[in-house]
Amino acid sequence: MARFSFLEWPVLRQFRTSDTSGRGESVTSQKTRDTTARTSTADKVVQSVCPYCAVGCGQKVFVKDDKVVQIEGDPDSPISRGRLCPKGAASEQLVNSKGRVTDVLYRAPKAKDWQKLDLNTAIDMIADRFIEARRNHWEDFDDKGHPLRRTMGIASLGGATIDNEENYLAKKLYTAAGAIQIENQARI
Amino acid sequence: MANADCIIIQGSNMAECHPVGFQWVSEAKARGARIIHVDPRFTRTTAIADKHVPIRAGSDIVLLGALINRVLHDGTYFDEYVRAYTNATNLISDNYQDTEDLGGLFSGYDPETNSYDNSTWSYQTDEAGAPVTDPSLEDPRTVFQILKRHYARYTPEMVADNCGIKPADFDYLVESITQNSGRERTTCFAYAVGWTQHSLGAQFIRTASILQLLLGNMGRPGGGIMALRGHATIQGSTDIPTLFNLLPGYLPMPSAGAHDRFDDYVASVGTPETHKGFWSNGRSYAVNLLKAWWGDAATPENDFAYHYVPRINGAHGTYQTQVRMLNDGVDGYFLLGQNPAVGSANGRMQRMAMSHLKWMVVRDFSLIESATWWKNGPEIATGELKTEDIETEMFFMPAANHTEKAGTFTQTQRLVQWRHKAVNPPGDAQSELDFFFELGQRVREKLKHSEDPRDRPLLDLTWDYPVDEEGEVEPESVLAEINGYYVGGEKDGQPLDNFNQMTDDGTTAGGCWIYAGIYAGGENMAARRKPRSEQDETAAEWAWAWPANRRILYNRASAAPDGTPWSERKKFVWWDAEAGKWTGKDVPDFPVDRAPQARSDKAYGGTANLDGDDPFIMQADGKGWLFAPSGMVDGPLPTHYEPQESTVANPLYDQQNSPTRRVMRREDNLSAPGAGFPGSEVYPYVFTTYRLTEHHTAGGMSRWLPYLSELQPEMFCEISPELAAEVGLEPYGWATLVSPRAAIEARVLVTRRMNPLTIGGKTVHQIGLPYHWGVGGTAAVVEGDSANDLLGVTMDPNVFIQNSKYVAGTIMPGRRPRGPELVDFVEKYQREAGLSPESGNQLITASDENVERSAAADSPAHQGGHPHRGGDSAVGVSPGKTLGAEAGEEAESTTDGSGGTGSTDGSADGSGGTASADDRSGRVDLRPAEANRKPAEARDEPSETADANRAVDGDPTDGDPDRGYIGEDADAAETGRLGEDDGPRVDNGNSSEGEED
Repeated sequence: MARFSFLEWPVLRQFRTSDTSGRGESVTSQKTRDTTARTSTADKVVQSVCPYCAVGCGQKVFVKDDKVVQIEGDPDSPISRGRLCPKGAASEQLVNSKGRVTDVLYRAPKAKDWQKLDLNTAIDMIADRFIEARRNHWEDFDDKGHPLRRTMGIASLGGATIDNEENYLAKKLYTAAGAIQIENQARI
Repeated sequence: MANADCIIIQGSNMAECHPVGFQWVSEAKARGARIIHVDPRFTRTTAIADKHVPIRAGSDIVLLGALINRVLHDGTYFDEYVRAYTNATNLISDNYQDTEDLGGLFSGYDPETNSYDNSTWSYQTDEAGAPVTDPSLEDPRTVFQILKRHYARYTPEMVADNCGIKPADFDYLVESITQNSGRERTTCFAYAVGWTQHSLGAQFIRTASILQLLLGNMGRPGGGIMALRGHATIQGSTDIPTLFNLLPGYLPMPSAGAHDRFDDYVASVGTPETHKGFWSNGRSYAVNLLKAWWGDAATPENDFAYHYVPRINGAHGTYQTQVRMLNDGVDGYFLLGQNPAVGSANGRMQRMAMSHLKWMVVRDFSLIESATWWKNGPEIATGELKTEDIETEMFFMPAANHTEKAGTFTQTQRLVQWRHKAVNPPGDAQSELDFFFELGQRVREKLKHSEDPRDRPLLDLTWDYPVDEEGEVEPESVLAEINGYYVGGEKDGQPLDNFNQMTDDGTTAGGCWIYAGIYAGGENMAARRKPRSEQDETAAEWAWAWPANRRILYNRASAAPDGTPWSERKKFVWWDAEAGKWTGKDVPDFPVDRAPQARSDKAYGGTANLDGDDPFIMQADGKGWLFAPSGMVDGPLPTHYEPQESTVANPLYDQQNSPTRRVMRREDNLSAPGAGFPGSEVYPYVFTTYRLTEHHTAGGMSRWLPYLSELQPEMFCEISPELAAEVGLEPYGWATLVSPRAAIEARVLVTRRMNPLTIGGKTVHQIGLPYHWGVGGTAAVVEGDSANDLLGVTMDPNVFIQNSKYVAGTIMPGRRPRGPELVDFVEKYQREAGLSPESGNQLITASDENVERSAAADSPAHQGGHPHRGGDSAVGVSPGKTLGAEAGEEAESTTDGSGGTGSTDGSADGSGGTASADDRSGRVDLRPAEANRKPAEARDEPSETADANRAVDGDPTDGDPDRGYIGEDADAAETGRLGEDDGPRVDNGNSSEGEED
């Protein structure tokens, strides 16, 4: 470390560099000067929308090496004008959360714990169970003979946090299968 | 909202729950607007407001009804607007009897089914079937005079005594809304689930709608009723619904018995014979959906494969389904980004229901409580469930997040915004789009040789979406299908530009008629991002709002009947006589060339017959409904009833609670006995739940994040210093809270933000509870007891949203017992109060005489004349009601609802409508009840027990929407309710937060 010099005394530094308010160059360290914002080194910036409440704030998602490195408010948005609340501002942490699970997990009947399962196998098992549940609780007519053409064996809850296109495909498939107990947060 | 001169926020803590949207309230304040917060608590919203008006939870109709009474009495309503744009001049059937005549019941109550036959609520009609009106408003049967009589007893004294609001505060409210309404000024209301989560939720929104119509604040800049919804696309999931009672675009799910034939179904949606609003094209909307789903298999000869659509015959909502699970009537359950073990009412019932499933698929980012209940849930801790005994197979499927897939969210004011994809999902994570596409492929492959006719709808489904180089479905191809396209002919496959291009002969197909135009010309309009600095305040080139990129619904009402702006200051959409068309700052919500003076000699007959001064174009008659002849199952006018479990006597009627609320009489859903019954003193306090900025609903997207968890680490309860002294609670110490369902513990926050109210001469203490915490999730940064475990399930009959905002309970110092002792502890209080499944669930407390008179009321159809008609809204299938009427949701939306948090639409309201969550459209049935009534055999069973059982049988009878949420704009006249989501539900459009600005 260099010897102490009165010239490096912050007040003198402030005057020496014309940084009268003391919020500029005079108070930065070498470390600060060497630091670069993640937003300036990102490979690309993608326009997105905050995933939390229904205000629909604009987000800019900064990506480097195929990883999300920062998420900020989008100043172009006429809705949010660049602002984000604490949740929206924390959404980079949501995306890169340590608590996130990226493996398919399966728990067998009566088992005490999860086991990993291959994605392909899991979807196939779900498809088999979907078909069976559909048959188990199928209803062709009500007790007055009116057509029902439905199954009561399958229920679904959720939709308010996923995309319109996803809700559309889900409702389309469920309806064609005759599943009617399809609900989401709007009921709550 | 920034254009409002006065903003009343009631049933919402907007600054906390929608902080960035709240900047527009601040903006309005900076421009000189007055901000008033009506809420049980002093909150972050109150801190910015000019005035805090503390209110007892659940008493909102008393306050709003008193405002209506004052406005009518003082003559401060917007006379010209009311006469021209609302149904104030309509005459109502001579057989209609009001709650003021029948001790708290309307005419038509059936004590067997606990529901109304609404036939006596209809308009008087002439020989040609046209509604009879009295422009002088003097006939005692006019809506205007009925309204006056209905609210005459809603006085400032009653407000003081029942809501706990001081007369001076009431006067301040009166002065604020009346001085800020009229030609020059507008007042806006904003609400959230503080309104929807009540057994009268839809009617709270309706009351505000009536007031806003009287003040002339619908369809105008700075006006409306904004539903502030709580999830990124809760509005979208109501528009393109994952809801049991709806198909895309607020088309109803068909009801068995009532809609067996396609023509019956279409009649319930809307036809030219029953409508002059845009629901008259119901056939076309339905045909386009069927054609989009079943392609070549949908032909004119087979009614476009209408027989492929499954039928509902009652309420199959999330709570009814949960009861069915408890009775082993459901095998499999999918959760898509929702955490009902923490987020739904009566959490124990939710978790116990899961233990009865054969299998469950949880699609989420982390191991939320709904994925781990079998291992670490509260019932494992109490010994009520044992892991090794639970048969349920669990699949956890990791989900892609919002940066890992492209697609649209629809926010609370109907703006549909596209998100671009930033990165690929990690590991096995995948989008719901890919999951459902793949699941559909597998199921279809496994059934491909099937000759069973029940498999045809799956095999004939259009399911050939293009995939990209990563093998992922291209979301824009799904958006294009939602938008609609031409089938056959020269333009085969080309996108539609708007829903007016939809035909009913199979030459066009489109998955959601209200979204038609979002892919006009092959351009993804939702992806438009023209910076706000490069466009005007309406920002019409930022994304796309349904319908038709319109930012304020019913904006024809922003001009006077003659087509000129009401004032220069509030100029928005007006008639350009020279050009012969409507023009202005927004897309006109009206036939663009229909002159203000245009008049049709037909009462209905489709949109060509909309008069030049019929701004509410989704209503059958083009008018805003002060009085709702149909669409609301619990009454044509909002009436105050006490909340379930209330310890306060209804100041108006012997009929203590809503006689049509949906109760669930079960041992695992006990209720406090209610005012005047022994045992009610065991649960003397009122719990009311709410959200915090730093967390999101049930915590799945916030309790796993270190930043947010650090900001709000622990479950707490807010109590007043007076209550702390009364019970002996120490600040920051522990408290145990007990309801008839559960006991939880929380840290104590003693604060002046809570104030005891004096109600009926007695002190009422309210306790605030955030509901974001839960226990047993894996790797959550913070956990804590769940407030929703305290809630019981009692529902609004229009939308089936539960009452979360008024819960009876008690509080004491210290932590709750652990293990099996916790169950004993809760039961000790239940025994002390003498609870049984009947407690608090008595639906009728009005006198026998009044019940008889109500039931005996004759239908007007017997008096001759052809009642006006309208499509029913069908969502609701409640008994006796129109067949469908649903009205609205969240809304969420809306309200609505949604929900709607929803509204028949949601809309209801606004128009009169309903608030139901879902339908925004205001699609309501005006037809004579005979025409709509469900076949007797399809009617509901009488009790709620029956309800519960019914659900078990799969056959409940009611329906609802959520929301409605509808969501819509509240502004518009309709709000629907929406539902919220946890929030609110319906949305509004108007102003929405920001949008307008």
